[in-house]
Amino acid sequence: MKTRSTLWTVLRLLVVLLIAIVILFPVYIMVITSFKTSNQAFDMPPAFFPSPALFNYRAVLTELNFMRYLYNSLIISLGTTAVSILVCIMSGYALARFNFRGANILSVSIVLIRMVPPVVIAVPMYILWTKFGLTGSLSGMILAYIGLTIPLNVWMLTIFIKEIPFELEAAAAIDGCGYMRILWSIVVPLIKPGISVSSVFTFRTAWNEFLLAIILSNRSTRTLPAAVSLMISDLGINWGQIMAMATIIAIPAFIITFACSKNLITGMTAGAIKG
Amino acid sequence: MKKSISKRLFPYVFSTPTIILMTIFMGFPILYGLILGFYRWSLADLKNAPVFVGLQNFNALFQNPQFWSSMKTTIIFVVSVVFVQLFLGLVIALLLEKNLPGIRFFRSIFMLPVMISPVVVGVIWKYIYDANFGMLNYLLGLIGVPPGTWLSNEGTALLSVIITEIWQWTPFVFLILLSGLQSVPGDLMEAAVVDGASYFQTLIHVKLPCMKNIMHLVLTLRMIESMRSMVVIFIMTNGGPGISTMTLPMAIYKNAFVNQDLGSASATAIILMILLVLLTVFVKGGKEEDDKH
Repeated sequence: MKTRSTLWTVLRLLVVLLIAIVILFPVYIMVITSFKTSNQAFDMPPAFFPSPALFNYRAVLTELNFMRYLYNSLIISLGTTAVSILVCIMSGYALARFNFRGANILSVSIVLIRMVPPVVIAVPMYILWTKFGLTGSLSGMILAYIGLTIPLNVWMLTIFIKEIPFELEAAAAIDGCGYMRILWSIVVPLIKPGISVSSVFTFRTAWNEFLLAIILSNRSTRTLPAAVSLMISDLGINWGQIMAMATIIAIPAFIITFACSKNLITGMTAGAIKG
Repeated sequence: MKKSISKRLFPYVFSTPTIILMTIFMGFPILYGLILGFYRWSLADLKNAPVFVGLQNFNALFQNPQFWSSMKTTIIFVVSVVFVQLFLGLVIALLLEKNLPGIRFFRSIFMLPVMISPVVVGVIWKYIYDANFGMLNYLLGLIGVPPGTWLSNEGTALLSVIITEIWQWTPFVFLILLSGLQSVPGDLMEAAVVDGASYFQTLIHVKLPCMKNIMHLVLTLRMIESMRSMVVIFIMTNGGPGISTMTLPMAIYKNAFVNQDLGSASATAIILMILLVLLTVFVKGGKEEDDKH
């Protein structure tokens, strides 16, 4: 019986290993191709273990206006995260702890707006942003991304606040604490894990977003994903350089995955299940 | 008295920033886009006012074979992506349900595709699928399969982007289903085992019924998400070759920003929205009926 279960464990491990390889292989291809010249990227058979050479990174970093794009991506992602999370903590608290007229309408419209495909918003957004002179500005993109990320954040933070025991807040209210103070000194510290999960997801959305980025940005406000798409042309792609750029865009994803994935998975699944 | 007034006012004050931002930067653009579906307007001369044309945009769409082809492509894309993801995700979750050494590490790896930008995913797979020097043709060659032209072939382009989408999202489905499996009450499982139920009997009569809600949730989430998604297709094939990967979101983008026909794009957007609402209601309705048993 014991040998049988050991065998079963080994078999399952092999399956997991195989799946891990399937998941990691494309990512590995990206990284090794970023070490190759455009000729080497065409080699057949391909070199699977090239020595890490950084010339593509040097080219990307110096030639292609890269620092500007990196700056734009960072400002937009951080700005979006800060405002979106702050605003959603407040409305999440209102929705989780108060019965008020219109609360239902608010919850329903949040669910509905979450469903709207980005491309459906892209067309009117382009027209409106042009009319109000917001296209091509960083603030225009931050505002668009705040709108895009608010529904998910309100929804997740409401769930996280509902999870914490109500007694503390009730006691504080009886002691004469204002709701503002209850929120900042009791609720917020308790939902820190939830706030960090939501922040990571918001940052990720803004950092990775592509469609609105190509529509609303111009030469000087372009983000990294928008810049990458311009390296694809019918005339040919410099695969080494584009993969170097792609690897740089994926760095936050690597960090997030390996640094805080346990919290993330818990947060993500909790959010999904309890919704 | 003062307390009760502040209690009544407080939730409104705290919801106001969210409501304002969401209304101005999402609600208003969405409504504006819906209205544009009934107008004729070109992106090239936004200075001129749009012309009201009633249902003309919709008539034109319904008579356009390209629109019906997009409809068909979207349905094939969504159905195959969601079905395969759910099936694979469930099988993997069942395999890994009991503790395995090193499972934590593997779980982090499973998060990676979900966190990576669709743009990056598209670029990577475009390279892998390349007809002349792609990894896929090389690996297939090793086992004696003749090379294919994948993304530049009308017959295989859709399949290729479907596989990419499955690669990116199956790990997410797996993680959610795994947490669902682990929340199946232990005493239920023990009772089944004591009664001498086989593995498949417990699976069908205990585990799957317990997971009904979570499966339903994943199904809805993934259907909506894959119906919205277009970035991977945009990068890999740009809707082509021909119109073989022109899903509805791609068609909206092309109509608006390439053909500059805002009315037609908005009309397509309205139809996509109706499809999404119908889908959600349909899936929800099915669930409620199940619950009556």
